[in-house]
Amino acid sequence: MAGGKKWLWVLWLILSIGLAGYFALPLVTKQDQGVFLMGETTQGHHQIELECAACHTDPFGGKEVLQSACVNCHGDELKAVNDSHPKAKFTNPRNADRVKALDARYCVTCHVEHRLDKTHAMGVTLPTDFCFECHQDVAETRPSHEGLDFESCASSGCHNFHDNMALYEDFLLEHAKAPMFAEVARVIGRNAEQFSANPHPSLQLNQADAGNNITAEIAAQWQHSSHAEAGVNCSGCHAEDATSGGKQGWVEHPGQQVCASCHSDETEGFLAGKHGMRVAMGLSPMTVAAAKIPMHQAAAHKELSCNSCHAPHSADTKTAAVEACVGCHASEHVSNFKRSPHAQIAEKEGLHPDEVVTCATCHMPRIQAADGRVRVQHNQNANLRPNEKMIRGVCMSCHSLAFSIDALADPEVIKRNFKGQPSVHIESIDMAVERDEKKGHRSSVYN
Amino acid sequence: MKKVMTIISAAVVLTACGGSESAGGIAPKVYTDSLFAVMKADRTNYTKLIIKRLGPAGSGSISPEEHWQDKNNGAPLPAQMFRFGAEAVAEMTSDFSYSLQSIWPVNSQNAPRTEVEKIGLQFIVDNPGENYYGEEELGGVNYFTAVYPDVAVAAPCVDCHNGHKDSPKTDFQLGDVMGGVVVRVPL
Repeated sequence: MAGGKKWLWVLWLILSIGLAGYFALPLVTKQDQGVFLMGETTQGHHQIELECAACHTDPFGGKEVLQSACVNCHGDELKAVNDSHPKAKFTNPRNADRVKALDARYCVTCHVEHRLDKTHAMGVTLPTDFCFECHQDVAETRPSHEGLDFESCASSGCHNFHDNMALYEDFLLEHAKAPMFAEVARVIGRNAEQFSANPHPSLQLNQADAGNNITAEIAAQWQHSSHAEAGVNCSGCHAEDATSGGKQGWVEHPGQQVCASCHSDETEGFLAGKHGMRVAMGLSPMTVAAAKIPMHQAAAHKELSCNSCHAPHSADTKTAAVEACVGCHASEHVSNFKRSPHAQIAEKEGLHPDEVVTCATCHMPRIQAADGRVRVQHNQNANLRPNEKMIRGVCMSCHSLAFSIDALADPEVIKRNFKGQPSVHIESIDMAVERDEKKGHRSSVYN
Repeated sequence: MKKVMTIISAAVVLTACGGSESAGGIAPKVYTDSLFAVMKADRTNYTKLIIKRLGPAGSGSISPEEHWQDKNNGAPLPAQMFRFGAEAVAEMTSDFSYSLQSIWPVNSQNAPRTEVEKIGLQFIVDNPGENYYGEEELGGVNYFTAVYPDVAVAAPCVDCHNGHKDSPKTDFQLGDVMGGVVVRVPL
């Protein structure tokens, strides 16, 4: 009897140690931490869900730790769009009752991760009428809003919680009467050469220093590339010590860090978006197979790097603007691009290059820095969610604000890749104009 | 004897600490009055020295605009500058907080919300030149709350508020109390 109990104790001990080891091993080795996943993760986060420390930077500290992690990745973006509801609006004690109802000081109040089953658009896990908590009396100052459902504030193309850069009332008024097409419909032109201070002379074919490591075809491609033009020789990328300017050894497939040693802005954007966020975390590159949006099965084996879209020896940047995208992505929107009015523009004769519309025109737009230099935004997610982010930086280069708001609020038009007119009409501009006509005619030199 | 001396020494030290704190402590009213003095000075200077000079009546090279970030030559309005200061302070400390409120707010979110705000903002309008002091509990914390008059010190204040389509009051005059600065200190 006593011997039987003893064996039970031993069995219990072995099972306990085994169980503890099962959970402790991933913590020690920092691998296979999926055992701790509490539920499916959202949007881009699924790419880094096994890197628990990306968000849970400290096992202690609760909300503050998570808040730091959110701000670390998304803080700059919120500042750039002049966040309509920054934390500072809620820390004043006068809002203590509001904070009790909805603690908007913390991202995780509205965006709970690992709860995909309760996650709505924009990663919001609250019931979508949350605006009511602070704005239930909105109709007192905006009679046009009387009776509107609070679930419609952010879902109807009128407001966003964070980014209202293209939706605020005075902006609506300023652009209310623009025609559907701009007189000159084109995006901002490239001007990098004006800022180039390249001290190196361009290189000729006989100056390629790859020896027998490359074919004549690759050498010919390189000769006509911007790399040769900028004096970047084969060793500039393929040498083992290329990032420090050396010429020793030979690397057949240079990594993204080699590109980054010259193209730092582009790399920064790449690492911030879904294409490069795994690399930014020190993980293996994202693969097409791991994506949770429609992709082509035939491309499943591909992984994301600079070379996924850019052929490094070629001068062609057009491949990256359309072919590279449609080679992997298989959503209805992407599949319909070649039949879209945007794609058909490229077939017109006598077209200015800045009038051509590609995938990159909208999803990797050209942006102008404070010094005037135009660069391509390589974070292709920067203006995707909410899609109203595209209005100012992309759509309004060619279209009116009114058309842009309506088109982006119509999922069917987006699926058709903007073939045909929007079937929805957002009334925000109408409301703003009507209110302005009633109340906006007081004399003031400041208005 | 040694034990007795230790107790006496400890008592002396504790008394000294308490006495020091009592003698050197700043009364909440003095604290908030001092904070307001700095705020008012900066706010008045920004309005008179910057906005008044660079606005339509001034050089015109910089334009005071509500949506100043969207204009190449836009400059924040005095009330916005004040709010940015309050938000920046909130990121640095929770030892005090302040905000600009009014019973005639351009932004309805800046209307009085707590009882002390409601009473205080009305008091400073009814009693020009006087401040209002009170205490209140918000979120389980007791606060000393001071409400100071925010007076129209320059023509742009009056002109902008009277002309703004969201302003509930359109007949402000120079020298009027347009709202109040609410300063809170946790007790």
